[in-house]
This record gives sequence, C-alpha cells and structure tokens, in this order.
Amino acid sequence: MGKVRHAIQAAASLAANSYVIGFLKGKIYRGSLKNLCVPGLNCYSCPGALFSCPLGGIQGVIGSRQYRLSLFFIGFFMAVGALCGRFVCGFLCPFGFLQELIHKIPGKKIRHFKGDMLLRYLKYVILALFVLLLPMFAVDAFGQGEAWFCKYICPAGTLEGGVILPLLNQGLRAAIGALYRWKIGILVVLLLLSIAVYRPFCKYLCPLGAIYGLFNRMALLRYRVDQERCTQCGACRKACQMGVDITKGMHLSECVFCGDCKAACKTGAVFFDAARGKKAGDAINFKKDAGI
Amino acid sequence: MKACKKAWKNSLWALLFLLGGVALMAAGAARGELGVVLARATNICMECIGIG
Repeated sequence: MGKVRHAIQAAASLAANSYVIGFLKGKIYRGSLKNLCVPGLNCYSCPGALFSCPLGGIQGVIGSRQYRLSLFFIGFFMAVGALCGRFVCGFLCPFGFLQELIHKIPGKKIRHFKGDMLLRYLKYVILALFVLLLPMFAVDAFGQGEAWFCKYICPAGTLEGGVILPLLNQGLRAAIGALYRWKIGILVVLLLLSIAVYRPFCKYLCPLGAIYGLFNRMALLRYRVDQERCTQCGACRKACQMGVDITKGMHLSECVFCGDCKAACKTGAVFFDAARGKKAGDAINFKKDAGI
Repeated sequence: MKACKKAWKNSLWALLFLLGGVALMAAGAARGELGVVLARATNICMECIGIG
C-alpha cells in the first residue's frame, strides 16, 4: 500500500504541475484549465500549475466585491469531503507528499508530545480566521478583501511560486521584502520540522485538512473496522502517525488514509471500502457476496 | 445490526452532502464565481508568493 500510495502521490503532484514551459520561462499557465480546481493544496502561482487551488479560490471569491459567500466552494468542499474526506491529504496533496518524503530522513522522530492533540485545533482557528472571516470582513475602501491565508501563512505557495518565480524573474526578485522573508521562514521551519514530526503542516495548520476532516466519519470511501475480527491488540493505533485510534473511532478527523493501520492489522480487521451499508464482515467476504 | 444501521445512516448523509455539494457548485458556477477564480489564477498572485 505504501509504495502504491507514494506512486499515486507523485503522479498527482506531477499531473497538477505539468506545465513545463512555465518552469522554463518563469511564467504561469493562463489557459481555461484554471477554471478547474484540484482538491489538494496546490498554488496556482506555481509556474507548472495547470489548475486552481481551492483555498486560494474561496478566499478570492469571498474577498471580492461581487460575492460575500462562495456557493461553488462550499459545494466543492461538501462534495469532495462526502466522497472521500482526507483521502485527498494522503493521496493527492503535493505538500503532504513532500512532508512525508522529508520525514523519511533519518533522525529523532517525535510521535506525541504534551498538548499535541490540543494543538490540532489550531487548523480550525486558521480556517475560520484566515480563510473565511478576514477575507470576508477586513476589506479596503472598495470592498475588496485579501487572501489572508495565502499571504501570511501558506507554505505551498511560497515553495511552488515564491521560490521558483523570483529565481527566474528579475523584477520579482527586486520586490522581495519582509513578507517574503516571513513566508520563507514559515516554509523552512515546517520543512525542518517534518524531519522529526510526521506532516506537521497537515496536523496543525492546514485549513483544507480541517474541512475534509469534518467529513471523515461519513465519507463514502473510508477505512472501516470489522469488529468481529478485531482483537483490540492496539497495533493499528501504534502504527498510526496521525494519532488516530480507528477501533475506538477516536480522532478520526485526523486520518489521512495512509493505510498504516491496515498494514499493521494482523487479523485483517481494518479494511478500505466504499460504504455499502452492510455488516463490516460481509463487505470483505467477496466469496459470500458472489454466492460462491 | 446497530453498526449496520449506523453505516447506512452515514452513507445516506454522505450521499446527501455529495448531491447538495454538486448542486451548490452548479449554482456558484451559474452566478459567475468561477470568473473571479480564473481572473486570480491566471495572474501571478503576489500575495501567494510572498511579495505583494
């Protein structure tokens, strides 16, 4: 599962950023594909980006003069969340993939610390404040709001656009100031932290993960536990790097569908399946399903 | 049996959210929200890259 997932993550990251001309010329893609959004965090100012970022999009719409509410993005998050929850984080997000790769660097690993679970609520505060309230209400004389999350926090934008574009563009290089240094600082801290902590941005800061996490319990695609097979050995809980206990349904909003719990389960009690409304045991007994 | 009922209930909610989400997306697109997104996404976002 691990290798397949990493292959999907790599393919998704490449597919979302496959405008090669942009990297060569230091320009961004301006075509009609940017009408579409990728479900994960992927800055539309990356020279290779073919699609839009949902977080940048929602801030743009609710911060605009015409709209104070974005029906499109509320619907987008509802649809993606109900379909697969934080599967997006574990399989499709380029920045999550990068953090996972960095975490493979040998060194001291911190699994849990005091206040870890409390700190996870920070991403909901960031969602409410920086993605919704400030772009909506902190507007200029013309009624135009800013993309606060993109401007002051988003490390994906800094990495994908902020590093490459100024390197290739003299004008942008000349405009670098305090804000740029602040954002580079956030990026460097998060990437260094990723060596010791598994996906620190996803755990504590990502508003997109916060939104999709709300749907994790009910998503059509999700991990389930066959209670008849489960021996309560705790192997899945120990294997989970996000701190989820799937057998007890604890912290399910943190699950990024990495599949470590499934791999650790010796009795096959944990399984990934679309909701069928059946008893869990039946859902994996394909012979019985087929009447064999 | 109880778990089975809960699974059905969750799936039903998920389906409702999925359909509702698609309907809202269509409504948002119809009132022109995607134009704002396209306008932002086709220009270099100075805020996003930490310059403006």
